[in-house]
Amino acid sequence: MALSTPASDTRLPGPDGTAPAGALPLTKSALQGTSLWRDAWRRLIRNKLAVVGGITVIGLVLVAIFADFIAPFSYTKPNFGRLNEFPSREFPLGTDQLGRDVLSRLIYGARVSMLVGLGAQLIVVAIGVPIGLISGYVGGRVDLALTRFVDVMYAFPRLLFVILVMSMLGAGLMNIFIAIGLTGWVGIARQTRAQVLSIKEKEFVEGARALGAGFWRVISRHVLPSALTPIVVSITFGIPEAIFTEAALSFIGVGINPPTPSWGQMVGENQQFLRSYWHLCVFPSIAIAVTMLSFTFFGDGVRDALDPKMK
Amino acid sequence: MARYILYRLVWLVPTILAMAVVTFLVMHATPGSPLDPVAEGANPLSPEAQKNLAEAYGLDKPLWYQFGIFLGKAVRGDFGQSFIYKTRTVMEIMRETFPISLFLGSMALALAIVGGVTLGVLAAVYQNKSWDYVSVSVATLGVAVPNFVLAVFFIILFSFIIPLFPTGGWGSPNQWVLPTITLALAPMGIIARFTRSSMIEVIRSDYVRTARAKGLAERPVILRHVLKNALIPVVTLLGPMFAAVGTGSFFVESIFRVPGMGRFFVLSMTGRDYPMIMAVVLIYGVFLTLMNLAVDLLYGALDPRIRY
Repeated sequence: MALSTPASDTRLPGPDGTAPAGALPLTKSALQGTSLWRDAWRRLIRNKLAVVGGITVIGLVLVAIFADFIAPFSYTKPNFGRLNEFPSREFPLGTDQLGRDVLSRLIYGARVSMLVGLGAQLIVVAIGVPIGLISGYVGGRVDLALTRFVDVMYAFPRLLFVILVMSMLGAGLMNIFIAIGLTGWVGIARQTRAQVLSIKEKEFVEGARALGAGFWRVISRHVLPSALTPIVVSITFGIPEAIFTEAALSFIGVGINPPTPSWGQMVGENQQFLRSYWHLCVFPSIAIAVTMLSFTFFGDGVRDALDPKMK
Repeated sequence: MARYILYRLVWLVPTILAMAVVTFLVMHATPGSPLDPVAEGANPLSPEAQKNLAEAYGLDKPLWYQFGIFLGKAVRGDFGQSFIYKTRTVMEIMRETFPISLFLGSMALALAIVGGVTLGVLAAVYQNKSWDYVSVSVATLGVAVPNFVLAVFFIILFSFIIPLFPTGGWGSPNQWVLPTITLALAPMGIIARFTRSSMIEVIRSDYVRTARAKGLAERPVILRHVLKNALIPVVTLLGPMFAAVGTGSFFVESIFRVPGMGRFFVLSMTGRDYPMIMAVVLIYGVFLTLMNLAVDLLYGALDPRIRY
């Protein structure tokens, strides 16, 4: 990060409300009067792709929340009189092998994707950030042990490890959170550690320590807020990654339990009927593609906004 | 240099050993056993038969004993017989499937490097102009969209709508095209994004300004001065990337019906095929660590500032 102003310069909460609460007068005071987060927000809304991505993401979240009201049909109830129907006026995206409305299943599938994206990231952050912080700040033997562990984790084929954890826990939404959380924290831990390594040498940390701030106070009030930018970037990219992993797991058949619809599962189950019933596979594929692209464009925008050097 | 290589190779041993231990423990802690498979179409066995089979395969012994046996044999390249393909050893299966995945992965990686570097250079040279947006969009598409979704789109586009390539299979070169492109897009996107940002950083450096100031044309500046230095960090990406695509992708291989080893990353696990699980994890791990070593050495050769 080439930002000369550490994030802890903020006094004003950013418009997105993510500004660190613990901005202290101890740190170098804001010279320009505008905060990092406010600047970043301004850059973000000027980025068209990021705005389009962000709006799509908000739309998807709304669809996920209000699925019960939007979906025209039930996602579970089979209708054996109307199997594998192509898109029509009654069923805009057709029906599947059990006669269920594909559109309704897609709408409920958004719920799974959004929940996984956010829920798994919570676990990832809860595990990865503390490990990265402690490893970077304490250093020495603790750091060596943790980085060695992280290296070993890195050497595992990620998908196989997730499947391993999934088959240990069994299919289901909660277990997907845990499986992705257990395997996904490595990246964020590495990044946090790298960031902390450079921050802990800075004068304001030294100053805080000299003034008698304890370990937890230095970490929570000084180090963490300054390391926040890469963490935020890491989270914005972690969300689509988690959605991707869920889709992949459900594609294989070890993800979400049927009859709860998941986009990945819809693609996986119907990919073999592509020639005869293309609509079963194409629409969930488009849903996954659009979701992933929106999150990525939004994430790119957030990264460029927080680290404008690269733009 | 030789000492450094030796040091890294020595470190390979504990890393792989740790991977083996963790995989072994997690694998055995996982509910379900090879004798009572949860896989589709499996026949339930009577308890007596299960007991007999457990004895035959050594699954009734204590864990540390089983691990010892595994280790002793694995060192000699014997991973035992597959529990699923009972008549064949894991090594036989790997010898057959790994080269196919490696071949597909190498083609994909070559395509990814050529395409990714080209896109990245175009994006950096025409920064914030239309070429930039085109190449960033292609790169984002590759990075963001899962390859099984890409595969669906490609099959529809290039097999159904424009029947250029077959939907799958392995043998003739025109069956290689779609899986290679599908597999290549994600690494291509990553390489393109990395090349772009690395190029932009180098373009702004002083010696590039000097090169321009002394009257060099744009092309030699970009190719000889910028690209050469900008590619150094890109090289670090290639190690893990090659490990990932070189050991086969479950999705690409199963959708395009490629007989590579990618499927074993999933099938071995769902079928609790213990010997196969150990084999694929360790092959992947060794491959990854060796590739990382190769990349680090290449890195040192490219950047004389780095000394080992």
